Amino acid sequence: MKSVSLATYLAVKEVIRNRGRFLLVALVIALITLLVLFIAALGEGLATGNRQYVANLDAQLIVFLEKSDYVITASRLETKTVKSIRRVEGVDDAGAIYTSNTEIVSLAEPLKVSMLGVEPGRPGMPTILEGREFRTGEARETVIDRNVALRSGIQVGDLIEIRSTQGTEDEFFELEVVGLVDGQSYFFQPTIFVPPATWEKIRPQSESELTSDTPFPSIIAVRLVEPSQTDVMSALLMEKVSNIEVTDIETTINNIPGYSAQQGTVQTQGIFTLLIGILVIGGFFQIQILQKVPQIGVLKAIGASNGVVGLSAVMQIILVTALGVGIGGGLTYLFSLGFPPTIPLTFNGERSLIAVILLLLIGPFGGMVSIIYAVRIEPLKALRLG
Amino acid sequence: MSNVALEVRDLVKSFSLDGATIQAVDHVSFQVKSGEFVALVGPSGSGKTTMLSILAALLTPTSGQVLIDGQDLAQMNEKQRVKLRREKIGFTFQSNNLIPYLSARENVEFMLRLNGNLDRAARLRSDELLARLGLAERLHNLPAQMSGGQQQRVAIARALIHNPAVVLADEPTASLDTERAFQVVETFANLIHENERAGIIVTHDLRMCQFVDRVLQMQDGKLVRIYEDKKEILELARGTIH
Repeated sequence: MKSVSLATYLAVKEVIRNRGRFLLVALVIALITLLVLFIAALGEGLATGNRQYVANLDAQLIVFLEKSDYVITASRLETKTVKSIRRVEGVDDAGAIYTSNTEIVSLAEPLKVSMLGVEPGRPGMPTILEGREFRTGEARETVIDRNVALRSGIQVGDLIEIRSTQGTEDEFFELEVVGLVDGQSYFFQPTIFVPPATWEKIRPQSESELTSDTPFPSIIAVRLVEPSQTDVMSALLMEKVSNIEVTDIETTINNIPGYSAQQGTVQTQGIFTLLIGILVIGGFFQIQILQKVPQIGVLKAIGASNGVVGLSAVMQIILVTALGVGIGGGLTYLFSLGFPPTIPLTFNGERSLIAVILLLLIGPFGGMVSIIYAVRIEPLKALRLG
Repeated sequence: MSNVALEVRDLVKSFSLDGATIQAVDHVSFQVKSGEFVALVGPSGSGKTTMLSILAALLTPTSGQVLIDGQDLAQMNEKQRVKLRREKIGFTFQSNNLIPYLSARENVEFMLRLNGNLDRAARLRSDELLARLGLAERLHNLPAQMSGGQQQRVAIARALIHNPAVVLADEPTASLDTERAFQVVETFANLIHENERAGIIVTHDLRMCQFVDRVLQMQDGKLVRIYEDKKEILELARGTIH
């Protein structure tokens, strides 16, 4: 305890009396923090934009067309499959999900959105925040993601117009916004939801598809009676229903095209930035310890233990790192206020917390060599008595 | 002036250099009593710095014994040596004496912190000691804001504040002008006598010997002569004896 108190005293005094020098190092750490947090936020933002709808599904399993390798865009199921799945024992409910893209053109700036066809009241239909669910059939009604509302100013009760390429012609459809949902980005785009029959009518389609009125779901979200029984139910579904493959939500997310590669790239950038941080901080503290050799010699000669000297170096590093991370965190917050919503930055994720913990660790980790060096300094040599 | 604070018995320290063995300290024995101020003199390479390093528990002797306040250094492990340095020894060095980011008062008080004795009374004693050394106006100054002489006086205060059995000074006047050097050593001597500590000063400047009670002269690692007679010591200090 006495060692801790002595070490704290020395560490704090030195930092305060040399605040200019330590502030500069803290600022370097702050810049590294800024970079790491932005990379983490970008990773989180990109991941969210890509997976949010799938991750928030009220379901445990996703059904794909057999041999589609769990890729949503490669899967196109038969219409009857959803009924077959609902009949399997252990399935609480199943909802077909139809995916495509479109553009809202009734705005000053056209807004690209994902258009998903979902069945009201079934898995796949998000929880309504404001307004109501759309009716079934060919109702020209839509529920929109709050992100769409924020970007465009559209409110419940408004009419929106979407453009859809039907064969070789562009056609325009009007939809009434009847409800708002939250956190439903899919494939980097905000989402609008429509009934399956409406979706089939208004989705962009090729000339050959125009003759059919039957919507084919891309995937089916399955809610289980016993949510923990994913493996058993997955096997059972594949046994009972033909031409399908079944997996869990996590695998579905990881197979969203580009998701894993993108996250891998962002994480690699983050790791390299942390490594650079370790080198910078390690270098600074090593130089500082070299300059302090005689001073450490005096401390040891007058009776300060290795514990006090080492602990003091550790505390100083922690203090400066914490200050740097604090400044960096504040700067990141200030900068984030100025970024437009089109840049996918999400700061309130687990990644930001992990990034902050890692940043706090890079100081002691980077300074480890200098701490060991400080502990090994022999007072006799440091004082040039030997 | 009766208790033996420091006793050196048949001390030997040898080093190996390029295959040859060098006897830096060669069978040296002496005692220093509490309240006695002793100078260790000799030419460069005579072994006085090696001797001081051993007395400071910074260097282990090859053979022989060093007893500080009755405790045998040879019987101690490193942890015990650190404790001994902290509690029983006061030290002033030639240079780089003070912790640069602590003020004069904090440097002195640090010795008390190390020993867990920093209370109101000890703080007062520390300020009084610094005032006694003419540093009342410099309590809050950092070492860089003080002259070499002032820094040495702070170091002396730090060496004495925790009432150590032995106070060691390694060439404390090396970087001072003559007038400052005399002032520093005279004050040092007075404090050693008043506080009943055993003081040893290593110096190459024989003029400083006028303030000590005894002079131990070393040459080639051996203790070649001891000056105990005050008249002889003063003659040595004046340069009439070599």
